[in-house]
Amino acid sequence: MKILVPLKRVIDYHVRIKVKADGSGIDTNQVKMSINPFDEIAIEAAVQLKEQGIAHSIVLVSIGEDACQESLRAGLALGADCAIHIKTNSPLSPFVVASLLKEVVEREKPDCVIAGKQAIDGDHNQVGQMLAGLLNWPQATFASAILVKQNNPRVFEVTREVDGGSTTIEIDLPAVITTDLRLNIPRYATLPELMKAKHKPLTVLMPDEFSVKITPHIERLSVRTPAARKKGVRLKTVAELVDVLKHTEGLL
Amino acid sequence: MSVLLLAEHNNQHLSTSMENCLGAAQQITNTVDILVAGYQCGAVAKEASELPVRQVLVADNLCYEYGFAENTAPLIATLAKPYSHIMAPASTFGKDIIPRLGALLGVGVLSDVITILDERTIERPIYAGNAIETVKSHDPIILMTIRPTAFQSACKSTQPAEIIPIDTVIEASGVHFCSHSATTSKRPELSSAQVVVCGGRGLKSKEQFALAFELADSLGAALGATRAAVDAGFVPNDYQVGQTGKIIAPQLYIGIGISGAIQHIAGIKDSKIIIAINHDENAPIFDVADYGLLADLFTAVPELIQLLRDKGEKSC
Ligand SMILES: Cc1cc2nc3c(=O)[nH]c(=O)nc-3n(C[C@H](O)[C@H](O)[C@H](O)COP(=O)(O)OP(=O)(O)OC[C@H]3O[C@@H](n4cnc5c(N)ncnc54)[C@H](O)[C@@H]3O)c2cc1C
Ligand SMILES: Nc1ncnc2c1ncn2[C@@H]1O[C@H](COP(=O)(O)O)[C@@H](O)[C@H]1O
Repeated sequence: MKILVPLKRVIDYHVRIKVKADGSGIDTNQVKMSINPFDEIAIEAAVQLKEQGIAHSIVLVSIGEDACQESLRAGLALGADCAIHIKTNSPLSPFVVASLLKEVVEREKPDCVIAGKQAIDGDHNQVGQMLAGLLNWPQATFASAILVKQNNPRVFEVTREVDGGSTTIEIDLPAVITTDLRLNIPRYATLPELMKAKHKPLTVLMPDEFSVKITPHIERLSVRTPAARKKGVRLKTVAELVDVLKHTEGLL
Repeated sequence: MSVLLLAEHNNQHLSTSMENCLGAAQQITNTVDILVAGYQCGAVAKEASELPVRQVLVADNLCYEYGFAENTAPLIATLAKPYSHIMAPASTFGKDIIPRLGALLGVGVLSDVITILDERTIERPIYAGNAIETVKSHDPIILMTIRPTAFQSACKSTQPAEIIPIDTVIEASGVHFCSHSATTSKRPELSSAQVVVCGGRGLKSKEQFALAFELADSLGAALGATRAAVDAGFVPNDYQVGQTGKIIAPQLYIGIGISGAIQHIAGIKDSKIIIAINHDENAPIFDVADYGLLADLFTAVPELIQLLRDKGEKSC
């Protein structure tokens, strides 16, 4: 079984982001970048399926600027076998990303795509569902557990984290799964694996090798910093707190 | 212009967030239809018809029982043509279905809309709410998921809307329901509660987390938690509040034993009043708190519960 994992390079989640003064976007200059945390979880899920003998190969795909290759190498060091970089500097909507991934799926013919549930920069939470729709494949979003059916490895039992609880479904492959935080804890790459990753195949493709048109159908007009909350007050005692709640805020 | 709003429900009741989504839709037009897809969902259709909408479309069939995206999205696609906009709440339900619908219609989706500026232009949070982007859609039909806490709810209507049955049957292929484990609680629902108590890793153990439950109950509040508290097994996953959990905007939020990571703050910063109890004076949650109490929670919270109880007794 072959698994495809799309991976986005994003600002590291520890970084306190800054909006550019001209309101055109977020300042990425000299900022630490990482693999989107949900995509690390997706790679880990794929690697675990490989360790269980279910999957035999893992292909990574990243769409974006040159530096994506660094993230792809980091992903290869986590246990993926080969990588594809679709090189573009254009702003990409989730729909365009999903459309490009659809063509990658048609070329690579994976049995399963495991994507992150959301990229923590745009917070869209769309690509996996869109890809499933474009391919007309079943989807299991927000996965917190993936079990392979004993009697039929072409069926996955997936537990999904939904509002109000969790739901378990069975999906027939080929399918798209998107990962939630509790699916697993990604491993760290070891030094030998980092070395090995340098020699794993990484193919670079240009968008004009695809039939997808990269259009700004969803256009960003501006970005702003949200209104700051007013400065708070420090209290010393619980009695003060109750007093404030009751008298100042009239909440009790 | 006209909006089709996808109803979130459990085949018995309409989710309360629908009133807020309708409030959002009405900022675009008063011509709003609601689609109820489900099984034996007549009561939901009736509730929906009491909202100020034009029509309630009801696809009541066994195949729609679990709200699978695999058949709900194509069902909506068959109905989409006359509408300029299709909306759903930005919940796990809406986010599962609407992007798949986008794929079928060949258009993008605006997720987590918090402001509608005009029929094509909206604001939405990015980077866990640390920035707000204004985006314009040039798509022929505009798909949105609405963050309910950002919109006022629409009023009930005086005249019931017409209910129109939809007979289209689409089987969801390749996906089968196994089980659902619902978190049942007598407390108010987290995303719509007026008062929310959230507990963090500072509560130390599942047993000690009971203190957060006790505080919530003494305030009639809903209970939420941080990811760290969920990961530690103190509470089920759907208690998680934050960037990747629930977004809340209550009148009063009380966070106990929570450091205030940006991913958690993303889910609470639209609360009217934020109160934090933490024994670390440098905890970042104090930067967003209206009132910060620097104290050990294991002494402060029991004292708070006691004072709240005394107050309760005095006032009756
Ligand atoms: C991609 C991604 C998404 C995430 N999404 C979310 C999300 O949606 N929601 C979320 O909450 N987190 C999320 N996180 C995790 C987040 O980064 C933090 O790790 C988490 O919020 C920390 O939880 P906490 O405050 O309970 O724990 P900690 O950071 O460990 O804080 C515990 C606090 O308790 C205080 N404390 C300890 N003992 C006492 C005491 N006796 N009295 C008073 N105070 C005490 C400590 O001073 C400390 O400040 C996400 C992380 C990632 C990477
Ligand atoms: N530019 C990209 N390149 C590769 N994968 C992506 C890209 N953007 C998004 N994805 C994948 O889609 C998931 C969801 O992203 P989003 O819908 O943008 O929140 C991510 O976790 C990735 O797995």
